[in-house]
Amino acid sequence: MKKHKLLVAFPTVLALAFGVAACGGDDEASSASGEEVSGELAVDGSSTVAPLTEQVGALFQEENPDTRVTVGTAGTGGGFERFCAGETDISDASRQIEPEEEKLCQENGVEFEEIVVANDALSVVVNPDNPVTCMSPDQVSEIYGPDADATSWGDIQGLDAEYDEELAIFSPGSDSGTFDYFTEAVNGEEGKSRTQDVNVVGENDNATVTGVAGDPGGIGYFGFSFFNENQDQLKALEIENEDGECVAPAEETTQDGSYNPLGRQLYIYPSAEALQRPEVQEFIQFYLDSLGEVIPQAGFIPLTDEQLSESQQNVENLLSGGGGSGQGG
Amino acid sequence: MEARDAIAASGLAAGTPRPRLEAARPRYGERVIKALLALCAVLSIVTTVAIVVSLVGPTVEFFREVGIFDFLFGTNWSPTISPESYGVLPLVIGTLSVTLWGLIVAVPVGLGAAIYLSEYARPRVRKLLKPTLEVLAGVPTVAFGFFAFSFVTPVIQDIWPGFLGDEPNVFNAGAAGLAIGLLIVPIIASISEDAMSAVPAGLREGAYALGASKMRVALRVVFPAALSGVVASIVLGVSRAVGETLVVLMAAGNTPNLDLTFSESVQAITAYIGVVATGDISTQSLEYNTIFAVGLLLFVVTLGMNLLSIRLVRRYREVYE
Repeated sequence: MKKHKLLVAFPTVLALAFGVAACGGDDEASSASGEEVSGELAVDGSSTVAPLTEQVGALFQEENPDTRVTVGTAGTGGGFERFCAGETDISDASRQIEPEEEKLCQENGVEFEEIVVANDALSVVVNPDNPVTCMSPDQVSEIYGPDADATSWGDIQGLDAEYDEELAIFSPGSDSGTFDYFTEAVNGEEGKSRTQDVNVVGENDNATVTGVAGDPGGIGYFGFSFFNENQDQLKALEIENEDGECVAPAEETTQDGSYNPLGRQLYIYPSAEALQRPEVQEFIQFYLDSLGEVIPQAGFIPLTDEQLSESQQNVENLLSGGGGSGQGG
Repeated sequence: MEARDAIAASGLAAGTPRPRLEAARPRYGERVIKALLALCAVLSIVTTVAIVVSLVGPTVEFFREVGIFDFLFGTNWSPTISPESYGVLPLVIGTLSVTLWGLIVAVPVGLGAAIYLSEYARPRVRKLLKPTLEVLAGVPTVAFGFFAFSFVTPVIQDIWPGFLGDEPNVFNAGAAGLAIGLLIVPIIASISEDAMSAVPAGLREGAYALGASKMRVALRVVFPAALSGVVASIVLGVSRAVGETLVVLMAAGNTPNLDLTFSESVQAITAYIGVVATGDISTQSLEYNTIFAVGLLLFVVTLGMNLLSIRLVRRYREVYE
């Protein structure tokens, strides 16, 4: 289904690129600096952040018809691997870069900056027929933990409703930032997870949607956008936070931090080298400027004013620092 | 005959030089073309060797870290999620499950179609049916995947009788198997039909002359006579089922499963390779090497099947002069 999405995205992007190229002349004034830029931008990384970057990329190409933005979905880990090898200009990430990845970047002389672009509520979803409404991270870990052996919803202690369906467990692949984040928050150790009787769907979150929607005992997890798009087929569980309250994934609860531990931030990592190029500078600035428009479309949770001004500040620092040499060429 | 000999003899007698059969000048163009043609023939061998070579390197790397015994007989497959373990049996059994359901559909349907086409169908019907059947073989497998997932699965969930246990999952071995069965029907039907049509008419006529019914002729005379072709078609179908990727990837799920099952989600060998290879994992990692180890296993299995089919064909071949 991931491919499905790309199939839709590619013609759209192409259509935009060509369609606008034809009448590109009168569009010039609208880009942030008033000048059109050209060139190719290679983005790869988290499949969670990709819908956001794809939309920004499409808008950017509309305004700058001579640019091509390609967005891959290799997963946060896979994305950083390519990024640190110098293959991509920007890496999408659904978690912060890890020390080992940072080390790899250093070894290859790739410097980068971290920019927060959106909030996300990692949503644990079940079938709408499932009467359970709230689970604690420990209970979720009874399903997803490395030593978990529950085979039925009835095996989990202390649920708020009785349910005796057989579990059908879906998980993203270990390459995904969602997997890393979830395992750390729920199982206490990043990368450790149940391995038996789990349907590992790789980067294909849509398989989780179909699987959980079609199976009364289904359970899976992914970013808020996937839940948002499929609300009619799925039910998101409330998660008991550190204060012992049951909180549903939503805009306010994520922004005010009460949806913990599964509320998280999403990032883009531009490389310092790429930032020397005017089109990358333009793109980063454009990214932040269009967040207000694309975040609701992509189904993410907007940044708070504080976060936004901080990101804005980061970008300005970056541009004033690295901008001079780039403008000359 | 005699006239020609006479002419030749008279030619010789007259002392004319014998006509030379080779070209007067060396034809370099022809040599180049010959070499190119030979290259084409050799290319398939080279490709096979290249595939094996490319699989062997990472596989050797893999077996440096994982015991071959643990790999072949381990019952727990979790190469990407820690705690890692590398027992390939669940994948093998997943592939077996899917192949089994596929054969249960394809062998009776395929052989039935072959017998009908070669023994019962009128020529006009046959002319129409056989190409149609072969068109089915050309349908892209991704279409079969969609068919399995969005049609077969809902249907079997609807008609699932309660005494068989729990209703099939959304992703299940059965639907994938049935779709693969349809995929290999044309292979089995077409090759078997060729084999049956090749049985000499004299055998049939002899049997009819002895008073045999049409069914008796089909089952007792033609079928045994064509057995080598039939066996070859089935083994070829099995190879195809074992190697099929998209259908299992789309419809059978990705749950390594040690049970021979119809209703549960399984992960076939090919599906594992498909899902991990598209996930852009690190090329330096052990999990990357697992793809190659598993791929080599698949290669060995299908090679084994093909060798088996060649042996069976030789063994059961009945030669008619």
